[in-house]
Order: sequence, then C-alpha cells, then structure tokens
Amino acid sequence: MKKTLIVMIGFLLPVMGFAAGGGASFPSDDITIDWDDKASMQRGARTFVNYCMSCHEASYSRYNRVGADLEIDDAQVSENLIFTTDKNGDKTKVGALMTNSMGADYASEAFGIIPPDLSLIARSRGVDWLYNYLRAFYVDESRPFGMNNGVFDKVGMPHVLADLQGYQVPKMAMKVDANGDQIEAIVGFDIVKPGALSKSEFDQTIYDLVGFLDYVSEPYRQTRQNVGTGVIIFLFLFLILAYFLKKEFWKDIN
Amino acid sequence: MSSDGVDNNRRRFLSAATVVVGAVGVSAVAVPFLKTWSPSARARSAGAPVEFNISKMEPGQQVIVKWRGKPVWIVRRDTNILATLSSVESELSDPSSDASIQPEYAKNEVRSIKPEYLVVEGVCTHLGCSPTYQPEVVAGFQGFFCPCHGSKFDFAGRVYSGVPAPTNLPVPPYYYVSNDVIRIGEDGAA
Amino acid sequence: MSNDNTDKGLLGWVDERFPLTKLWEEHISKYYAPKNFNFWYFFGSLNLLVLILQIVTGIFLTMHYKPDGAQAFISVEHIMRDVDWGWLIRYLHSTGASAFFVVVYLHMFRGLMYGSYQKPRELIWVFGMFIFLALMAEAFMGYLLPWGQMSFWGAQVIISLFGAIPIIGDDLTLWIRGDFVISDATLNRFFALHVIAVPLVLIMLVVMHIIALHEVGSNNPEGIEIKKHKDVNGVPLDGIPFHPYYTVKDIVGVVSFLILFCGVVFFMPEMGGYFLEHANFIPANPFKTPEHIAPVWYFTPFYAILRAVPHKLSGVLAMFGAIAVLFVLPWLDRGKVHSIRYRANSFKWLLAMLVISFIGLGYLGALPPTELRTFFARVFSLGYFGFFLGIWWISKNEKTKPVPERIL
Repeated sequence: MKKTLIVMIGFLLPVMGFAAGGGASFPSDDITIDWDDKASMQRGARTFVNYCMSCHEASYSRYNRVGADLEIDDAQVSENLIFTTDKNGDKTKVGALMTNSMGADYASEAFGIIPPDLSLIARSRGVDWLYNYLRAFYVDESRPFGMNNGVFDKVGMPHVLADLQGYQVPKMAMKVDANGDQIEAIVGFDIVKPGALSKSEFDQTIYDLVGFLDYVSEPYRQTRQNVGTGVIIFLFLFLILAYFLKKEFWKDIN
Repeated sequence: MSSDGVDNNRRRFLSAATVVVGAVGVSAVAVPFLKTWSPSARARSAGAPVEFNISKMEPGQQVIVKWRGKPVWIVRRDTNILATLSSVESELSDPSSDASIQPEYAKNEVRSIKPEYLVVEGVCTHLGCSPTYQPEVVAGFQGFFCPCHGSKFDFAGRVYSGVPAPTNLPVPPYYYVSNDVIRIGEDGAA
Repeated sequence: MSNDNTDKGLLGWVDERFPLTKLWEEHISKYYAPKNFNFWYFFGSLNLLVLILQIVTGIFLTMHYKPDGAQAFISVEHIMRDVDWGWLIRYLHSTGASAFFVVVYLHMFRGLMYGSYQKPRELIWVFGMFIFLALMAEAFMGYLLPWGQMSFWGAQVIISLFGAIPIIGDDLTLWIRGDFVISDATLNRFFALHVIAVPLVLIMLVVMHIIALHEVGSNNPEGIEIKKHKDVNGVPLDGIPFHPYYTVKDIVGVVSFLILFCGVVFFMPEMGGYFLEHANFIPANPFKTPEHIAPVWYFTPFYAILRAVPHKLSGVLAMFGAIAVLFVLPWLDRGKVHSIRYRANSFKWLLAMLVISFIGLGYLGALPPTELRTFFARVFSLGYFGFFLGIWWISKNEKTKPVPERIL
C-alpha cells in the first residue's frame, strides 16, 4: 500500500510540479542573507532611510529597535537614520515608528497608488525577488517614468537608485518558457549610462538593502532561533527522562 | 500484571525527576506569557522623557505636563510661596522626605533642583486622585488639596499630618537640559 | 463539620460534597484501557494538549489584538514586534492551528483503521465529527482576524459559497457579512465567534466525546472488546489503568510532539507559506485579489472537491457532502470486524484509496487549477466518495480473518 502511494505521488509530481525556472523574469539570482553581518544591515538601513523612506514607510518598526538589533546607539540612530519630524515639528524620537510624512492623498495623486509599507515586504515577496527586482530597472520610453522592470513588468515605481546603478537596456533572446513555448525574454542588461557605483558595488548595496528589509520583516528572528535551540535541547533531555519513566512502569505489563 | 522485581526506588526517582523537570518546563513557558503584560515598546515609546520650556512661566503659575500618561506639575514658586515652606514644617508628616519617593537631587527642603521650580507628580499618594493647586489661602489652607479624600500638601508636595495620604507627592527624575528646558523622565548625565 | 470525616482529611471533606475521587478513579486511575495501544493512540491526548495550547495562547492574543478593520493588521504586527514575547505567543497560536488539524486528521485515520466508529462507539465518532466541524468553523473565522490579503479573500470565497443556495443565497451572504463586502462588521462578529462561541461549543463537545468514550471503553488495534473478559473484581483482563501506564506513555508522546511542534514554531513558523501564507503579510485590500488564492492547507482537500465540480451549487453540495458523509460512516460500514488487521483486503485497498485521494486533493487544492489538475481532482473526488460507497458495498459479505478473543 505504501508502495502504491509512493508510485502515485511520484507519478503526479511532474504533472503538477512547481514548474520552476524558464519564466520571463530576469535576473533570477538567489541570495542568502547573513544575519550576523550587522555592518551590512546598517548600510542597508542607511540606504533605506535615504532612498526608500521618502515614499515608503516601515511603519511597524521602531527606530530604537532597529538601533538595538543592529548595534547602533540611540544618538547615532537619531543622527544617521532619522530625517523626519514629528507633529510638533521636533525631530522624530528614537522610539517612534519609521513613518514618513507623505500623506495618502498626495501619494495617490503622484503615483496613482499608495506606495506599500515595506515592514513586511521581505515576507510577502521573499528576499530573492527583492534582490532581483531592485536590480532589474531598464530604460523603456513607453513607460510614464521612462523605466520598466525585468522582474515586475510595467512597474509603477520610478528607478530611485538610478544615480547609483546608472541606466541599462535589456538584451533580448528567444527562450523556452514553462509551457514549452518559445518566447522573447530578457537575458541580460547593458549599461548605457554608468552610475556612481560599479556593478559589484551596486549589487552589494542592494544586498545590504534587502538584508535590512529581511531584518525589518521579522526583527526577532535571531531571538526566535536562539530560544528555539534551548527549548529543543530541553525537550530532548525531558524525552530521555520520560522514556525511561515509561519503560520503568511498563515493566509491569510485559 | 505482577510487581515482581519492581525497583520502587528507581520508580520513585524517575517519577519525581519527571515531575520536577516538567514543572521547570511549565514554569519556563509561563514566563513569556506573563511578560506580555509588561509595557510594550509602544507604551515605552509613549512614556519616553518629555521636555518643557519654562522660560514663559509666570511667578506662581502651575503647568501640567503629561509624562507616562500621568500629570506632572511644574510650579514656578515666588519668594512668598517659598517662604511658606519653612513655616508649615511643624504640621507636616514627612518634612525631610525620608519616607517619600524622589531622586536624591530633590531630597531637600524645597524638593527640587532649582528652588524656584517645583517638578512633582500630581498623583495623590493616597488613592491616585490628582490634587488641585490652591495658590491663595482658601478656607485657611494654601498648597495642593486632594478633592477625593481631603489630603493636603504644601508647595513642595509634602503631605500634612492627619490626612489619609501617607507620603509626599513623588518627584519624577528630571534635569535641566539648558537654563530654560526641563527634561522629565530621566536623570541628568551622571 | 461532622465527626465522621475528620480522619479522612480534606479530600474526604471534599468527596462528601463533590465526587473528586470518584471522577479521578472513573476517568484516570481506574479507567481501564486496552494494554495494546500503539503509536496511533497518542493523538487523542495530543488533541487535548493542542486545544489547551490554543485556548491559552488565544486568551493572551486577545489582550493585544484589536478586532477593528483599521487596526487589526497593525495590532498583529504590534504583537509580533512591540509586545514582549508576543511573537512567540502568536507563532504558537498560528502553528497550533495547523498542528490541530494534523493531529485531528491522524486521530480520525486511526478511527478508520481500527473501526473505532463501529458499534458501540457510533456516538463517540459523531461527537468527534461535530468537533471536526466546529474546529473548521473556528479555524476559518480565526483566519480572518489577522486581516491580511489571504484572510480577506479566503473569507470572501468561503462566504460566497453560501450564495449558491437557491433563493436565499444572496441575502444569506449579506447577512453573514453584515455588509456588502467583508468588512469591519464581519471581522467583529467573527472575532466574537472565534474567541467565545465556538470555543465553548468545542470544549463542550470534547467533554461529551470523552464521556462517551469512557462509557463504552476504548477500542484498540485488535478491534476487540476487552470488557468481554474480566477478572473477579470486574477489571478487564486485557485492560490496564490509564494512570500511571498511559499517563507516562503519553508524556513520551507529548514531548515528542512538542519537539516537532517547537521545531516549526522556532525555526519555520511560515512552513514555506503553508502555515502562514506569504500574501497574508499584505494588509487586506478589497480592491485587489492576490494572484493566487488557496485556503490554508487543512481546507484544501475540501476546496479541491468544490473546484472539481463544474457547477456552483453542486460543487458546494459536494464539498459539504464530503464532510457530511463522515457523520454516517458508522451506519455505512455494515462490517462486524473492527480492526484493519482482520478485515478483508478490499477494505485495505479502499482505505489506501481514501488516503491517496485525500492527500492528492489536499495537494491539488493548494495549486491554481489547470485542465490536468482538475481532471485529477475529479479522479480523487471519486476516490474519496468511492471509499464510503465501497465500504457499504464490501461490508455486506466481507471475508474477514478470524478475530482473536484476547489481546496477546
């Protein structure tokens, strides 16, 4: 019976499988965020407040929490990460949420949509998608901001990091997609106007930024894993004890 | 079922050990549950120190500043008011603030850093009502009068004898950021 | 206090007023359970454990959660970030929901294997099915509360199912939502039902389930009645007191379960998007349906049956029928032999078909439909219902193996 099951599932997998790869999306690199690299996340935080936060918020996150987790003291947080003012006109406090002062009405008018909150973007999109998306803007005069994106077609967001990355155009080629059809797809980019950073420097900047977004999506992740390790070790010790207790009592039965 | 060859000591030891380890586990699980009741980061942020500029205060004026959701009074005491402090001392229950709550720098006769400015929590030490400021003599009394149960405090927040409130009004931690600005909620740089 | 019980101490005093010792003996220390319980018998006590876990974590979540369309999503992130240890309580609760269904499904499968629904345990099974139904209602309403995209659109789809009912359908959906779309009103009533009404019903049903069980006694992997052979004191010869033997055994089961459970809670709380779906990290937006919506994994088998039928009302009926048919199983199965160990091979094949169909449906229900997948969903739906038809058919003249009198 078990064999039947395995055979059935083995037969079904290719039929229903997660037909991965071969999509029109480019690039499609995978990254792993190093949560111990606080310096990288600090750089990412700085990129975030400088480039993203004029439109986006991380409104579930507090500055001082970011500071504590990324090993930046409150004074430095205030100096390097906070560029907004509170409703009294004073500089935003370190305990405040990471919001901006762009109202929803203004946003709707300027962009047609309200730029999404980015606190959880790494959990809804995944870090790989973000890493690819942020490097995939290319020149496309048919779009309102003159830019399109290889990962997110007809994206509404302007290429905010263009001064760092420069401008690029796509290289097209024929490719086989998931359904086995021939499609024309992006296979690479050519820089037509260089930015302030080289390709590897820019990739690192995006890696840092995505690392920060990953952090801010679940700031307690390392605590969670550390506590979990302790809990599992405790439970294993308890299991040994419980096993011997059971064995001792069940001597009566057998 | 037979109890032949049962090692009762081993059985008792294993049972006790399991109960103890289990109890340790359950207690450890209880800790995070209880800790969810501590002030959250939001509450802590809302309760962060507040600053107040005293330069525009009139002599005798009282302002109420909100800190951690509680009223904190700042009173600018002129020389007349300050003079009352020593004259009422014999009627007070804790004139030297030995049994009361205040930072070390406010444990003096005027209960403040600068005698002119009193900073004190406006919460009666009896049952938490907020007393009213009575700068002029009304019905033979001036100072702070608690409407709930009639407790009386002088202009340094010191409690009179023979009223329900047991101790003087607490003084919160504060310091002068500059000549004009008071920061309430934390001690100055140590 | 009378003089009679001074020597019996506090317990004696209580016992004269409340049957504490009697209850303890009837249900724990002198409840005689068959001595041959195997792995599959862990899941009853694990269900109780998860129920308690969900109630306790749920109570603590309500202390910080706000059932308000404008604040619900924010309050969940407030719990995750601002409340000390809030992330732990929330992950315990969200993982607990999935764990509940894992344990319930395995518990039900045990019942199918060993004929625990057969005479005289029909009511235990029926109460159990009501628990299953209440649990699905509880899970469905709880899933709306985080107020993410999947919460919103999942509820939208499921509530719309009631629209398939002729004549009253549209008015009924409107009444359930309390608004023209899923809204604050819906959230508020689901919250009330999720935290008070359904849990009360669940607890009551669990008590009835256990009382019924302890009335007739537990079944076992041999599927024979231990009460047929008793010693002079009336104690079943093949029975052992639940305490201490099964309490110490269940501790092993509980701790093993907790290791797996904590593995998920602490190291993979999203479970690759199956326990916490990726789109649910986006606040509910009534104007934008996510690209692909599927219910949480524990509903996908029934959802796949719904989609397999190309007609709205029939699909809904098939889906509810898939649950309803479980209720009448004790009367569909006309067999006298309980355990799979002594039943005909045809029963084993039927059960295998049910398991494969159920897992297959669950898998398909989580994926967007294609022509091929819909075909397989239909095959599996037939397989699912085929089990119930088949068991009615084969149990008439089943060629069973001889059943032993005693547990060896």
